[in-house]
Amino acid sequence: MVENTTIAVTEIATKATEATTEAGDKLSIGEAAVTAVFGYSVVFAGLVILMIVLYCTGAYFKSKEEKSKPAVAPANNAAPAVKAVPAAEQKLAPGSAGHVKLFDVPDKEAAMIMAIVADKMQKPLNELHFISIKEVK
Amino acid sequence: MDVIETLKTLWNDSGFQSFFVDSGWKNLVMIVISCLLLYLGIKKKFEPLLLVGIAFGCLLVNLSYFGEGSSDALYHLDLWDNFLDPEHEDYHSYGAILKHGGLLDILYIGVKAGVYPSLIFMGVGAMTDFGPLISNPKSLLLGAAAQMGVFLAFFGAICLGFTGQEAASIGIIGGADGPTAIFLTTRLAPHLLGAIAIAAYSYMALIPMIQPPIMKALTTEKERQVKMEQSRTVSKTEKIIFPIIVAMFVILLLPSTAPLVGCLMLGNLWRECGVTERLSDTVQNALMNIVTVFLGISVGATTAATRFLSMQTIKIVVLGLTAFCFSTIGGLLVGKLMYKLSGGKINPLIGSAGVSAVPMAARVSQMEGQKANPKNFLLMHAMGPNVAGVIGSAIAAGFLLAVFK
Repeated sequence: MVENTTIAVTEIATKATEATTEAGDKLSIGEAAVTAVFGYSVVFAGLVILMIVLYCTGAYFKSKEEKSKPAVAPANNAAPAVKAVPAAEQKLAPGSAGHVKLFDVPDKEAAMIMAIVADKMQKPLNELHFISIKEVK
Repeated sequence: MDVIETLKTLWNDSGFQSFFVDSGWKNLVMIVISCLLLYLGIKKKFEPLLLVGIAFGCLLVNLSYFGEGSSDALYHLDLWDNFLDPEHEDYHSYGAILKHGGLLDILYIGVKAGVYPSLIFMGVGAMTDFGPLISNPKSLLLGAAAQMGVFLAFFGAICLGFTGQEAASIGIIGGADGPTAIFLTTRLAPHLLGAIAIAAYSYMALIPMIQPPIMKALTTEKERQVKMEQSRTVSKTEKIIFPIIVAMFVILLLPSTAPLVGCLMLGNLWRECGVTERLSDTVQNALMNIVTVFLGISVGATTAATRFLSMQTIKIVVLGLTAFCFSTIGGLLVGKLMYKLSGGKINPLIGSAGVSAVPMAARVSQMEGQKANPKNFLLMHAMGPNVAGVIGSAIAAGFLLAVFK
């Protein structure tokens, strides 16, 4: 079955290639349709296989991450509690314009919002001072 | 000294005189077109980094090249015709180009050899975060679906009487990827390069105008309002492995994609591996800028009036727009299918971002999603199909190159 499919695919590819050379680079509408459908299928097939590969690697890394979690948790429990550094005592990152208070907004989304605001205002991010970001409900 | 005779010689040598001889008026038309392109690039900000260079290249060539015998021209179409003619003694002779060519002929060697588009891809790779794609591999389906315009425009071009090579080069405009379009066209139909490059970059700049009406027509208000869940966090190791896997897989599948995909993934590996920051920075900024200068001006040089002002160019412009529209439709239709299959968890608007054009197409998805639901935040979800579109258009180009070279 696999062999038959491979032969069929090779035949279509050969026909598409031959069509271009035989007709002096002019394709008939039928040949063009076959080439277009085949080309679209190749793009789909290639990206579907790539998607499967990415799912496999993703699953491998997820399972690896889950395995390492239980080992880390007891270590954290055993470790002495780290004293939280008050926000005011934390050093500012170089080039930043101060701290921003986040209300129900994850860090990543806040970073995104700040980047978009800077882009819209055409100003470098380090020249803008965000005081707080709050989700409007 | 015979003043009259000298003045006569100066007049005969000048470009002004050439406007009134044979088809010299066509150069005047091209000069007007180049000024229009400069206006669009500078005032309207249509892909200015490339369009300004292309427009000025167009201006330079039409000020200096008036057909065969224009010895002082910056770019010589006839030299490149000889370069491609197997019967001619200068067939594939870069030496002849270096000996007889002008400045833009020499710069064009980088386009002809496929160096500039590949280096641009290296920069794109170094600037792209493939995280959204790795965290949601389904995005690749949208990137594949959005190549529909490439093959429909290819078919349309054949129906309009173009050869297979020309049709393939025109179709790739639908991939919405400038470097890929230039790469493929220089290999298959170099005489169409100017028209195809201008069409590709102009439509990429017009994405915020072309896509929204199609997005609204093909999706319902309810579908546009879907708020997507946050994707998983991708580890550093996954990001490092990704370019290696993609390069191995795609190049083995379609060896003709090696220059584009290889450079794209090398640039991305430099970005992600964490030990080559200097190289990543150079590729993203200095190298990218230098190559953009050479690419823009030398592509613009191919728009010599004698070749550019033809019915073919108008057909290319129309087919390019068709390709863009159908690529958007393809992405949206598969987006709608994924919306149904996922039980309404996927916003179909991210499908339109499958047309490469990073990050413009993803921003359009974000804007349309937010219009429907102000709490919607689709940008990161749309970046997945967007970068998948880059890989998809490279595969489409690889296929067309394998069939028609």
